[in-house]
Amino acid sequence: MRPILMKGHERPLTFLKYNREGDLLFSCAKDHTPTVWFADNGERLGTYRGHNGAVWCCDVSRDSTRLITGSADQTVKLWDVQTGVQLYSFNFDSPARAVDFSVGDKFAVITTDPFMGLPSTIQVKRIVRDPSQQTGESVLTIKGPQGRINRAVWGPLNKTIISAGEDAVIRIWDSETGQLLKESDKETGHQKTVTSLLKSADGSHFLTGSLDKSAKLWDSRTLTLIKTYVTERPVNACAISPLLDHVVLGGGQDASHVTTTDRRAGKFEAKFFHKILQEEIGGVKGHFGPINALAFNPDGRSFSSGGEDGYVRLHHFDPDYFNIKM
Amino acid sequence: MAEVVSMADIEATAQRRGIDLSSVDLDSIQLPPGEDFGIKSDDDEDLHQEDPLEFEAGFGNIIMVDNLPVVPPEKFEKLEGVIRKIYSQIGVIREGGLWMPVNPETQKTLGYCFIEYNTPQEAELAREKTNGYKLDKSHIFAVNLFDDFEKYMKIPDEWTPAEIKPYTPGENLQQWLTDEKARDQFVIRAGTFTEVFWNDPRQLMPDLVYRRQYWTESFVQWSSLGTYLATVHRQGAAVWGGATTFNRLMRFAHPQVKLIDFSPGEKYLVTYSSHEPSNPRDTHRVVLNIFDVRTGKVMRDFKGNADEFATGGSGGVSGVSWPIFRWGGGREDKYFARIGKNVISVYETETFTLIDKKSLKVENVMDFTWSPTDPITALFVPELGGGNQPARVSLVQIPGKEELRQKNLFSVSDCKMYWQSNGEYLAVKVDRYTKTKKSTYTGFELFRIKERDIPIEVLELDNKNDKIVAFAWEPKGHRFAVIHGDSPRPDISFYSMRTAHHTGRVSKLATLKGKQANALYWSPAGRFIVLAGLKGFNGQLEFYNVDELETMATGEHFMATDIEWDPTGRYVATAVTSVHEMENGFHIWSFNGKLLYRIPKDHFYQFLWRPRPPSLLSAEKEEEIAKNLKKYSKKYEAEDQDVSLQLSEQDRKKRKMLQEEWDAWVSKWKQLHEEESELRVQLRDGEASDEEEEYEAKEVEVEEVLEVQEEVVAFDL
Repeated sequence: MRPILMKGHERPLTFLKYNREGDLLFSCAKDHTPTVWFADNGERLGTYRGHNGAVWCCDVSRDSTRLITGSADQTVKLWDVQTGVQLYSFNFDSPARAVDFSVGDKFAVITTDPFMGLPSTIQVKRIVRDPSQQTGESVLTIKGPQGRINRAVWGPLNKTIISAGEDAVIRIWDSETGQLLKESDKETGHQKTVTSLLKSADGSHFLTGSLDKSAKLWDSRTLTLIKTYVTERPVNACAISPLLDHVVLGGGQDASHVTTTDRRAGKFEAKFFHKILQEEIGGVKGHFGPINALAFNPDGRSFSSGGEDGYVRLHHFDPDYFNIKM
Repeated sequence: MAEVVSMADIEATAQRRGIDLSSVDLDSIQLPPGEDFGIKSDDDEDLHQEDPLEFEAGFGNIIMVDNLPVVPPEKFEKLEGVIRKIYSQIGVIREGGLWMPVNPETQKTLGYCFIEYNTPQEAELAREKTNGYKLDKSHIFAVNLFDDFEKYMKIPDEWTPAEIKPYTPGENLQQWLTDEKARDQFVIRAGTFTEVFWNDPRQLMPDLVYRRQYWTESFVQWSSLGTYLATVHRQGAAVWGGATTFNRLMRFAHPQVKLIDFSPGEKYLVTYSSHEPSNPRDTHRVVLNIFDVRTGKVMRDFKGNADEFATGGSGGVSGVSWPIFRWGGGREDKYFARIGKNVISVYETETFTLIDKKSLKVENVMDFTWSPTDPITALFVPELGGGNQPARVSLVQIPGKEELRQKNLFSVSDCKMYWQSNGEYLAVKVDRYTKTKKSTYTGFELFRIKERDIPIEVLELDNKNDKIVAFAWEPKGHRFAVIHGDSPRPDISFYSMRTAHHTGRVSKLATLKGKQANALYWSPAGRFIVLAGLKGFNGQLEFYNVDELETMATGEHFMATDIEWDPTGRYVATAVTSVHEMENGFHIWSFNGKLLYRIPKDHFYQFLWRPRPPSLLSAEKEEEIAKNLKKYSKKYEAEDQDVSLQLSEQDRKKRKMLQEEWDAWVSKWKQLHEEESELRVQLRDGEASDEEEEYEAKEVEVEEVLEVQEEVVAFDL
């Protein structure tokens, strides 16, 4: 089907997230307003106004009532999804990069960038049902490894936190004590900055995309490298199909080089790979800048991509897609 | 380098130790010789660089003159005077540089003396000139360099027969030609690795033969017949080869070598280096060596300043065009030549000297080319004296230097010569000025070399004003292709030197209108051609069959920079080399334009097919094979099928394995997931639904009162 072009942001997209039911799509961009859309027809429902900097990441609670957003304005904000009211603002000393709700939505993990001599951190905040009771204390603070931590997510049963970032190493931390449990191998792991990390629907495995032009699939519990998908472009975003054995990778030439070459040279397609065979299936063209964000609808029948060009493209799969034989 | 110590640190240390720095004279500190306390002197590097090469050998500027008359002290001064007179003619003898030893007992001279010059060149010259000089009948000088003394001393007095080494058979350097599957090899250079592969189109992937990191310091090159692979290093070049792997066969010392070139029969290797002067007053020197590839011996070296080796008769162009030496006379490697100012110097390889001891004088010669098969050169001399003397192209036979054919051309701006690969035809592309002299148009002069009297034909394109973008002869054939017209969509025409109707006339076969192409790549076997749009055309490819005059396929290798046919004409490689940042790598296509496989490689520098020597089959035999092709092809088709069956079987197995592996993971995850489901429910405060399917959609109607307004409505009854 023809993709639906969603023009609501004025700056490059940074992150996309579907709610659990797959009827709402949340988008974050370098402009200051996260936006929510109807995931079916691309109609804009509303925006969340209050941030004063680029919004890097968001997560929505299981019951789709709370939205948490992390921004370069050094705050992480909690929103009421339905009304767009800001419920709480966590303040930090450096830009917030990644946010993720735990199972049960009682905690959120937040990463902050290294800034003005401060190291990067991974912090866990308790999220309270009643916003008036909410406090800004951290339950746990991990003084991070070198460089920016681009993503941090909860491991199975909230027992661990999985993080990855500029130093290309994937780490698993104990979420109670903050102890480092596992580190990915330098040889087999990524060679350059990990830009994205996404859990499978059941949290058993996760996919990481890196500027080393590959994406890798890992076991969440043992950090075993299971698959590697090699492509010709730096990977900025990746997603796992919840329905078929497919993964999709997006990225492209660095935005600062884009104008120097032909549009096709930039590799701005979203590429589909077979999850098990690691073979390329096909590509979806459309963006005229690198892809920064990708997300699959939880029903696996549509996906959306957000680009440096400021557009969100919502793709509903044709019936042919479900008949692809490998 | 030792770490740098700042002055502040020194002061702090001094204070700690209670030393008053101002009372220490730092300059008076003397380090023991040879000891630097781990601190390298900044000057060291400069000192090393200034090391004069000439003095490395020590006594290169001293000669010994032997067989002098033995004279008593009275005549000493007279003899000294004679010797000084002879030797100061050649160069400046250093002060006190003439020493004639005397026997302390008899006070007579010993019959020899030493002479020290300022430079080794002078010493060398003196040796050359006066060795064998007859002072009188019984005194014939024997002059040697002092440096050679040791060498001569080492020669044993008694003759011993040279030890004959038992013959060890070398490896079969042609082993690769006997590949069972008749595959071809190629070498690629990407990043720091140089790798040689088999092209295996049946498996649809390359098969690694040899890989080595830092194999070469600049580039690699196959020899002309594919026997050797040459690598280039700072110290010189090396050639590699072998039956199954690549061993170093020979090294060719040539410091700072920049360019190399093999003779067509790969007997000789020409190496080139240019030494930029560090001082602008010095001349820019170039050094060329010609090595025998098998023995590694320098056959001849050429040294001189760069201008001498700059091509182009007018001398206006600076810099050299490689190869400086062009090889002629086919694969026998008999002659090589270079162009100089108003001359063409032709050398022959038996003695490595000029033919007839002199160069071929041609006033203002601009360019020359060899016939690929015969010892014939074609020369181009531009117009002289404002058109009074016409430009000409002439064919000269070597070694006789007779002019076989000459053609005068008028109002010429430029000429380019193209030989057909069998040396049967020569096409000269002539750019002429129009009458107004404001623009040029192009025509072709076609020489039929093998026919009697070498007839010449003039060919003009249908539209004379078309610009010629590219020209290419069909290898071993009688056809050529021309891209002409304006850049965005030029036309491509095919011509034949003989058709059924006109055996002796050139005729046009076809014109393809408006093609996105700017380069022509004929298959080495002829018949097929790739019309390629490189650079501005983003890598458009069209595979064209000239026999049938039809397009077989079109393709695109986005941004392709290089195209090369394999030596058999079965496959085509297209590559994007590191001139572009993205998309580096190569694609392999079949001759008819089917994309077989692609290999992406970052920092991709070179792709070279390994050349093959010419076929040993006679023309009749080849024809016979072509006739009975069906018979032969059956066997290969069966093989192909076997391979493809085997492949699909392998593929299936591999997939099955991957699937099973994956299933194992999934079942493990499922199990864990279920085990943990209880805990997860707890985390979710008892909300049980874990799976998507379990929730049911409920329609909830939410009524919201937006506004309540009371209004009194007039009520009329």
